[in-house]
Amino acid sequence: MSDQLTPAAPATPEAGAPAPESRSRFRLTGSVIIESIIEGSPVVITVLAVFMALVISGLLIVFSDNNVLHAWGNFFSTPGLALSMTWHSIATAYSALFEGAIFSPSTIGAAFHGGSIAAIFYPLSLTAFEATPLILTGLSVAIAFRAGLFNIGASGQFVGGACVAAWIGFDIHLPVAIHIIACVIGAIVGGAVLGWIVGELKARTGAHEVIITIMLNYVMYQVLTYLLSSPHLLQQPGQSNQIAPPIDSNAIFPHVGGPPPQANVGFLLALAAVAVVAWLLSRSTIGFQFRTVGANPRAARSAGMSVERSWAMVMLISGALAGLAASTIVQGGGPPPPLNVSIYGTYGFDGITVALLGRARPVGVLLAGLLFGALQAGGTVMQAATNPQVPVDIVEVIQGLIVLFVAAPPLIRAIFRLRAARGTGMEAVAKGWNG
Amino acid sequence: MKLELRGITKRFGPLVANDGIDLVVQPGEIRALLGENGAGKTTLMNVLYGLMQPDEGEILLDDNPVRIRSPKDAINAGIGMVHQHFMLVPVFTVAENVTLGTEEVRRLRTPALRVGSLSVPELPVPTFGLLDRRQARKDVRELSERYGLAVDPDAYVGDLPVGVQQRVEIIKALLRNASVLVLDEPTAVLTPNEAEDLFRIMRELRAGGRSIIFISHKLKEVQSIADDITIIRRGKVVGERPPNTSDSELAALMVGRSVQLRVTKEQARPGDVRLSVRDLTVTGDRGGTVIEKLSFDVRGGEILGIAGVQGNGQTELCEALMGLLPSSGSVLVDGKDISHLSTKERLRAGIGYIPEDRQEDGLVGDFSVAENLILDVYDRPPYASGIAMDLNAVKKAATTQVADYDVRTTSVETHAGTLSGGNQQKVILAREISRHNTVLLASQPTRGLDVGSIEFVHKQIVAQRDSGVPVVIVSSELDEIYALSDRIAVMYEGKIVGFCSPDIPETELGLMMAGASADAAHAAADAPPPDGVTADEAIELPGASEAEEPTP
Repeated sequence: MSDQLTPAAPATPEAGAPAPESRSRFRLTGSVIIESIIEGSPVVITVLAVFMALVISGLLIVFSDNNVLHAWGNFFSTPGLALSMTWHSIATAYSALFEGAIFSPSTIGAAFHGGSIAAIFYPLSLTAFEATPLILTGLSVAIAFRAGLFNIGASGQFVGGACVAAWIGFDIHLPVAIHIIACVIGAIVGGAVLGWIVGELKARTGAHEVIITIMLNYVMYQVLTYLLSSPHLLQQPGQSNQIAPPIDSNAIFPHVGGPPPQANVGFLLALAAVAVVAWLLSRSTIGFQFRTVGANPRAARSAGMSVERSWAMVMLISGALAGLAASTIVQGGGPPPPLNVSIYGTYGFDGITVALLGRARPVGVLLAGLLFGALQAGGTVMQAATNPQVPVDIVEVIQGLIVLFVAAPPLIRAIFRLRAARGTGMEAVAKGWNG
Repeated sequence: MKLELRGITKRFGPLVANDGIDLVVQPGEIRALLGENGAGKTTLMNVLYGLMQPDEGEILLDDNPVRIRSPKDAINAGIGMVHQHFMLVPVFTVAENVTLGTEEVRRLRTPALRVGSLSVPELPVPTFGLLDRRQARKDVRELSERYGLAVDPDAYVGDLPVGVQQRVEIIKALLRNASVLVLDEPTAVLTPNEAEDLFRIMRELRAGGRSIIFISHKLKEVQSIADDITIIRRGKVVGERPPNTSDSELAALMVGRSVQLRVTKEQARPGDVRLSVRDLTVTGDRGGTVIEKLSFDVRGGEILGIAGVQGNGQTELCEALMGLLPSSGSVLVDGKDISHLSTKERLRAGIGYIPEDRQEDGLVGDFSVAENLILDVYDRPPYASGIAMDLNAVKKAATTQVADYDVRTTSVETHAGTLSGGNQQKVILAREISRHNTVLLASQPTRGLDVGSIEFVHKQIVAQRDSGVPVVIVSSELDEIYALSDRIAVMYEGKIVGFCSPDIPETELGLMMAGASADAAHAAADAPPPDGVTADEAIELPGASEAEEPTP
């Protein structure tokens, strides 16, 4: 057919061309790294996207600071002041963000003077805590992406899992370890059932999963509201507000970093989930089937795979991961975030951005989840440390901008004058739309 | 207009796609560009059409150097291109498609824009007004008549057959005053008759003083239509030959070594019936039968060629045999009924399947060669135990198969989508015939492949036959049917109109492909009696009257 229609085709070795074996492995690796930087490989694009998002958000911070704006008003009389105040404003905000999320130098000094060593790791522990549900919902969306499905419904599946976990958590009384496991399994089943319904509907009727999941999200929000306003169901007895009773202390996850809001066992579960999903996708027959169905359903069918069964199964797993994410919140301990739609509905959607940023690869999702977790953890500290306050919402601006830049690689390439890459890896992600 | 390409060089990294190519096309000349897939023909044309910039060399029109930076420049310079994949809007009419981008507009004049004696200059708004459909339709009709294109300007493009759509593309180029027309593998999508029509049109265009660059890898076509043939191999011009050059010389130039154009095979030694299809019926999406009561037997060590113009149920036949389409009737392999088995179980039962569309159905372009080689055995030992896959085994098997089947790829990790068509087909072939088959079903096994790859694929298929496997080949290329078949079944409108032997004259086979029964075709062709109709035919030939009835 076409010999060289697109720039991608020239990778085709010409018939009989000798393979470039003479080059040493080391030099090959080196040139691959340089190539990937020049051409803007996915990783490079992502790093630059984060950088650009921070730059633009920095401008936003400056523009929302009246003192700085005032200084700029007098720019021609005192240009130095305007510049230094701008720098100060951004630097304060971002260093607070960093200290809140990763590590604060002052804690080291404190540790030497008899302070706690654990305090050094406190910010990281916060980040891990915030990242836990994001990693899991990110995995949920990512694994569906790989099978060619766009699971918008992680949100609803999350709520479903949360309902089951909360109910088992307060209504049933079991010994410590068993109660924890029962809650986790309940949450997983709750999410998995909802996910499976989506996959099964698509498989049997051909309905588009985006439509089904959006609609099921609304259904689940209303179900949650109904449960919370029914005293004998999920509403705390004696309450007129929509509040669920606190779950048994037996069902709360043990700490890993420290008391909430620090990392708990949920974070370890998320790490394990990353490993399992990574193994599943790259080294199991199920994952091979998912990836084939995602990349070319017709070829999958010709090769004897059941595309429909793959859809049902991947949605089941996707829902299960969203449900597991819910359990890490419900059983997270500490002052439980009130079980309501406005809070519990957001995690699933954050999962979509995390999956996009992580390019639907498990390790990518882990890193993206940690990044967003760090931004969340640091954002609160930033708000407290800055005067005038830099609102925590700036974090959401940063997150949004990162995804925007990642989703539009040509934009980043144009800004940094990178050559066009051969492929961006977003194709698999984009395919979810036309399934 | 005289077109000259001088020393065109185009590199993609280390790969030189075009290496100092010189080409002169005189006005009123049909110049064929012959070369294998991946030889650099399309790259050269993309350079000419402004889709790519050459690294070296220049383009001259009537001896004046021109720079072509975009297709727009090319169109303005009088170069038109008909791509392999048409750039048409199916829901628009021919006239609308043809004017797309250069819409003729009757401007809405607004006299109010006159202020006193000053007339306000025309506003710099984008051309806005009423589409002049009348003009467009007139243009299409005129061109259609002048060159015998037979295109109705008011027909919706989506309703037109592929051959006519291609003519719409030609009209599009002609309306933009193309004096050099580039046709990129135009016959790849056409039936033999449509191809003949196209050649007639090309001759008319030549008579009108336009020059045509005809890209192809089919020797026969090039010989029959071109005034002069330029052969390209690995990005270089390796020769210019007149059209009366022999097949074997052209093929040798193209491939770089002498090739067998027709696979030599020994007389078939048919054994017992191993594949038996009875009353296979497939119902279409919109009701009506796509395949009606199809029955045939294939013996071990025999190749049954299923001939027919595309779209007469061959695709559905293959899919039904593979369990990809629901069907009624029975399919027996070695006496066992497999008609209730799933696709996976049929593959397990030993049916090797080479699908018609290798990129859509046969391969996953984003997967590596190694992954594609196990696409339908990924969950079998030694590649998997339980749900865990053994990636080392996968890689090892892939390395062996790539070597055995001469797949030209840098490594087994290379994405299959970046391989040339011939190498992609070798990957599928390696996957489907390297295991122990009970039946081989191959649909259009060499479509779009170059001479060298066709030779390879045919040899492998014959080797399967010789090992005692019953082979079914579906092909719309008569050459292939003749080259491979030990027996030919002709399909027309979902039925087999007759069986014949491979020494049936082409005219007779052509008549059968148009729906005539074997006897009727024979009588009409007035040829000596066919000696090849095998005596052991299991079914009766449908009568001529039945065959001519249109299927609802």
